[in-house]
Amino acid sequence: MDEMTGDEVIKKFLYLNRKAPYGSIYALESLEVVLIGAAFDQDVSLAFIDDGVYQLKKNQETKAIGMKNFSPTYRALEGYDVEKLYVDKASMDARGLTEEDLIVPVEILDEAQMVELMAQQDVILSF
Amino acid sequence: MLHTVNKSPFEKNALESCLRFTKEGDAVLLLEDGVYAALQKTAFDDKMTEASKRIKIYALLPDVEARGMRAEDLIAGIQPVDYGKFVDLVVENNTVQAWL
Amino acid sequence: MKFGILVNEGPYQHQASDSAYNFTKAALEKGHEIFRVFFYHDGVNNGTRLTVPPQDDRNIVNRWTELAKQYNLDLVLCIAAAQRRGLLDENEAKRHNKDADNIAEGFRISGLGQLVEAGIQSDRLVVFGD
Repeated sequence: MDEMTGDEVIKKFLYLNRKAPYGSIYALESLEVVLIGAAFDQDVSLAFIDDGVYQLKKNQETKAIGMKNFSPTYRALEGYDVEKLYVDKASMDARGLTEEDLIVPVEILDEAQMVELMAQQDVILSF
Repeated sequence: MLHTVNKSPFEKNALESCLRFTKEGDAVLLLEDGVYAALQKTAFDDKMTEASKRIKIYALLPDVEARGMRAEDLIAGIQPVDYGKFVDLVVENNTVQAWL
Repeated sequence: MKFGILVNEGPYQHQASDSAYNFTKAALEKGHEIFRVFFYHDGVNNGTRLTVPPQDDRNIVNRWTELAKQYNLDLVLCIAAAQRRGLLDENEAKRHNKDADNIAEGFRISGLGQLVEAGIQSDRLVVFGD
């Protein structure tokens, strides 16, 4: 599963996001790992399951709760070469969300596809 | 793949979500409050008994006993393990995925 | 094998730090290597020098310090998470004009890159959280 280029190891990293934004810091701080991690040129995927799909919801207006709206950062990921964003279809359906509701382009996976994605990973980070 | 579930199935949906994404040959370790899912006679008994036919399910015995239960209270087919065996499970599986 | 450990929660509030400690200890006793224990989110609170827990229960911070000493472990507190939560070493305190520092022995503050590096260099990365 490790691919060697010269003396550099490239591993498949999966960031597992299952929590909603703002109610806790996990969404924001996991994103910070992704940004820093981008410099390591690994093979990075982000999976959004359960309430994690809410992290990608459009139109987050946070002024009245006095917190920084960090959702634009998901759009900036592309500039860091982090482009593999996967969303669990069942989680979207349960929450009445479609791809139009999301702030970035994603690939929507069914269970079998998500299982396959997970099976390919070397390192899975949960927050 | 080794999956770990540390929250009670009555509190969070971590176990439910975990089981959705297990495939044949995977293992699931229940630890901390997650061990409540391993007990006989709960609302999860049938679901866990079925799952244990498909994948290997383990419960961290120190956490079971801390909570007032014993190995004999576990669903048949769910194996009690100690921290040493927890380490072995991590070694034996290619990756670990924590369902928090 | 070489293990990387990620601890996402603070001492006492959740069982994460206890479970991580017990796992780490078991791995070391089996002869495995711990590449790094990385503390993130509230996990950085495991590195406070100012803890005074009740005497009749485990001292979570000291336990990590002792284990680190015994096995020469690398215990790292994420700098961004630490700054948010008020965990500062001497340099950080000076840098930000704070009148105190509070990191416990055996812990060091460093960047998130150390977590990613642990993922790359370890054979297995195990996450303990809530």
